[in-house]
Amino acid sequence: MSADPRSRRAFLGGCAALVAAAAARRLPAQAPVPDSLSGRGTTGSLGSPSMAGRPRDRSTSVDNDAEIQAIEKRLRCTCGCTLDVYTCRTTDFSCTYSPELHKEVLALRADGLDGDAIVAEFVRKYGEQARMAPPAEGFNLAGYLLPGVVVTGLGGTLLWVLGRRRERVATGAPAAAAAVRATPEELAELERALAEDEAR
Amino acid sequence: MTFLGQFALWAALLLGCWGAVIGFSGRWRSRPDLALTVTRSVHAVLLALAVASIALWKGLLAHDFNIQYVWAYTSRNLPTPYVVAAFWAGQKGSLLFWAAVLALFASLAQFLTSRRHAPLLPYVAAVTQSVVVFFVGVMLFSGENPFGRLDFTPPDGRGLNPQLQNVGMVIHPPMLYLGYISITIPFAFAIAALLARRLDTGWLHAIRKWTLVSWLFLSIGITLGMWWAYVELGWGGYWGWDPVENASLLPWLTMTAFLHSVMIQEKRGMLKRWNLGLIVGTFLLSIFGTFITRSGVIASVHSFTQSSVGYFFLGFLVVCGAAAFTLLYTRWSALAADVQLESMLSREAAFLFNNLILVGIAFSVLWGTLFPILSELVQGDKITVGPPFFNRVNIPLGLLLLALTGIGPLIAWRKASRANLRRQFTAPLSAGLLTALALIAAGMRNWYALVALAIAGFVAGTITQEFWRGTRARGRMHGEAWPVAFGRLVARNRRRYGGYLVHAGILIYFVAFTGMAFKRERAATLTPGQSIELASPYGHTYRFTHLGVSQYKDLNRFVTAATVRVERDGAPLGVMTSEKRQHFTIQGTEEVSSFEPSTEVAIRSDLREDLFIVFTGVIGGTEEADYRFTINPLVWWVWFGGVVLVAGGLVTMWPGGAPLGAPRRAQAGYGVSLVGVGDER
Repeated sequence: MSADPRSRRAFLGGCAALVAAAAARRLPAQAPVPDSLSGRGTTGSLGSPSMAGRPRDRSTSVDNDAEIQAIEKRLRCTCGCTLDVYTCRTTDFSCTYSPELHKEVLALRADGLDGDAIVAEFVRKYGEQARMAPPAEGFNLAGYLLPGVVVTGLGGTLLWVLGRRRERVATGAPAAAAAVRATPEELAELERALAEDEAR
Repeated sequence: MTFLGQFALWAALLLGCWGAVIGFSGRWRSRPDLALTVTRSVHAVLLALAVASIALWKGLLAHDFNIQYVWAYTSRNLPTPYVVAAFWAGQKGSLLFWAAVLALFASLAQFLTSRRHAPLLPYVAAVTQSVVVFFVGVMLFSGENPFGRLDFTPPDGRGLNPQLQNVGMVIHPPMLYLGYISITIPFAFAIAALLARRLDTGWLHAIRKWTLVSWLFLSIGITLGMWWAYVELGWGGYWGWDPVENASLLPWLTMTAFLHSVMIQEKRGMLKRWNLGLIVGTFLLSIFGTFITRSGVIASVHSFTQSSVGYFFLGFLVVCGAAAFTLLYTRWSALAADVQLESMLSREAAFLFNNLILVGIAFSVLWGTLFPILSELVQGDKITVGPPFFNRVNIPLGLLLLALTGIGPLIAWRKASRANLRRQFTAPLSAGLLTALALIAAGMRNWYALVALAIAGFVAGTITQEFWRGTRARGRMHGEAWPVAFGRLVARNRRRYGGYLVHAGILIYFVAFTGMAFKRERAATLTPGQSIELASPYGHTYRFTHLGVSQYKDLNRFVTAATVRVERDGAPLGVMTSEKRQHFTIQGTEEVSSFEPSTEVAIRSDLREDLFIVFTGVIGGTEEADYRFTINPLVWWVWFGGVVLVAGGLVTMWPGGAPLGAPRRAQAGYGVSLVGVGDER
């Protein structure tokens, strides 16, 4: 049984065309991970969309607006995560609160409110807890100032106490110093050793 | 095995009570046989808790889902390393882990401590046994027993939280626990010294290694925690001033203060009360951290489930604090300093200010952590104290601390002369100034970052000068080649030069933290083949091209992987893949989703900056993907700083080093006035 030369040519031609097509296509440095689930077709639909996390809205230019981000970093997410709205909505993709709070910020911004007014509106709606940090006023001022006051106060006290003690030390004989008998050679050796130790 | 575990817990409780009661009673002083039983009770408790731990591990590895803890934290398809790590993943298991490791440390302390300190050991045993008894008691009497059983046996467990299924979570919690737990040993020696009225420097020598071990474990635990947060949580940062993060930082700060101030007590006989206070405070802060983590009194992303167990810790904290400070008060007069400070321009004074800043930072972190509770009590309003507060309060203190890191080593002990100061400060200050000028010339206008980097330049100058001068002096004195002189310099003075390495690690941390001021990020939704560009702070342009989304099953999860091709200034760098993972457990023959989907970020790290890609989700079930692209400068240096810090700590605590008699000579040198024969005063 002999093979048909036309079909052989067609087969070889097909192979060559495939190789050429593969060579022409620029491959990524590392191929994407293999797809073992059915359902992903040429349309680009996922086989199991529910496994890809919560459905997302498209990012728009306002999502990258530095001013909006700065406002959202001053506001706490109400889901109980302790994160700010911006961090929560860009981190915890199971949170349903932060995307809604983001929309609220965008709506208030669109109404012409500036950052402070938006924060004030959130405080009015959600309480003082809506801020990521308390305003430096009233009792909260103690929160901001006390650490500095304590460090400065303790530092000042330390300087004063040490200054007084130093005066006392200067006027009296050095209590801890004890005279030792030593030859000049021994003293020179000790001085040298101490100097060496100091140099190190 | 649960019966054995239960039995072992009760045995540990009773043996621990015996050791604590006899140890504190002091009757062993006239009865050597009683002293021996106290010591032996420590080893017996270790044995009992080792049996309990093995029983729990056996239950975990055998998938005995009748044990409530095993059911709550594991599943049949959970990879084995995480099954092993589930021991400390939950509240009950972590309590047993804490008690067992403390028993091990207590036993080692009895075994390894020099016989010179034998009179302290029964008291040390009493303190450690009390703490062990507390932890075992919490397990047995507060409903936190890890061997509690369910009424039925489920076919599979609930599985481990996906965010805990990370190698960082296998290592990070035990490291942090080891740090917290080992603090108990220095605390026990401090209390023993107070009880036995042996308040010379002996107890300090006994705890030196323990304080370093504890500080080292805390350092490793904190750094690994930062790494885990960075690679797993996906918010593009590594420190968020969360209450639980703060709780781990607090004992680290006070322990660092102690490691500095203890040198003054060893060399000059000063700060005895302060050092005892620091050790007691550090222990109390470690218990406070446990209270924060387990009580739910302060909201945190890291907390265990809210439970009443926290109030046991609060009670324990109050009792320990009251007892320790009362004891300190009764020994107050015996703790007077041997000598007084001679000059404000001395290393002692620099160390005092270093302590002041470290304790000041600890106070401000504690204050900020507790301020929401205080504010609610005073104003009736619940408020949030987040990163903006902590950054505002702590950054200036942190920069001051960094500056002191450079100043301290430059000032002589006792009293520095003007010539000494000029000689020591010229090069480091020049290095700081040159750094600032170079950065301004390069166009940096972020003043906080500029100040931080200029101070870092100064500290780098100090450290380099110390190594340079030491090596040169040694090379000249002993005729050694430079590499040999350098090696021997460090080997012979491990404490000093290991300390400088630790300073270098801290310096690297600060420089790396500064990098975050130049972070760049951008959110984008891309269809396959579509690209976006993002400029890095170094002036490069990165191009990210979305290649596609694929789905597959892997181990105990479904993976949805989004792939991005990355180019820098047109040159290909490779492909990065970020994932959504939906974990599942097997219920009968069905795979049932467990937990919410988690996100695995894609990170490409180099010395300058990290590319951090988060696949946030898909649009309408198609391959159109939403991403957050972030460029984080200098993050690699955070981890490297951690390595240098730990290496420095290891050098410092490595046995041997200083030639015999050297410390004595150094100490003697500060305690005598030099007079020649015949000219005595």
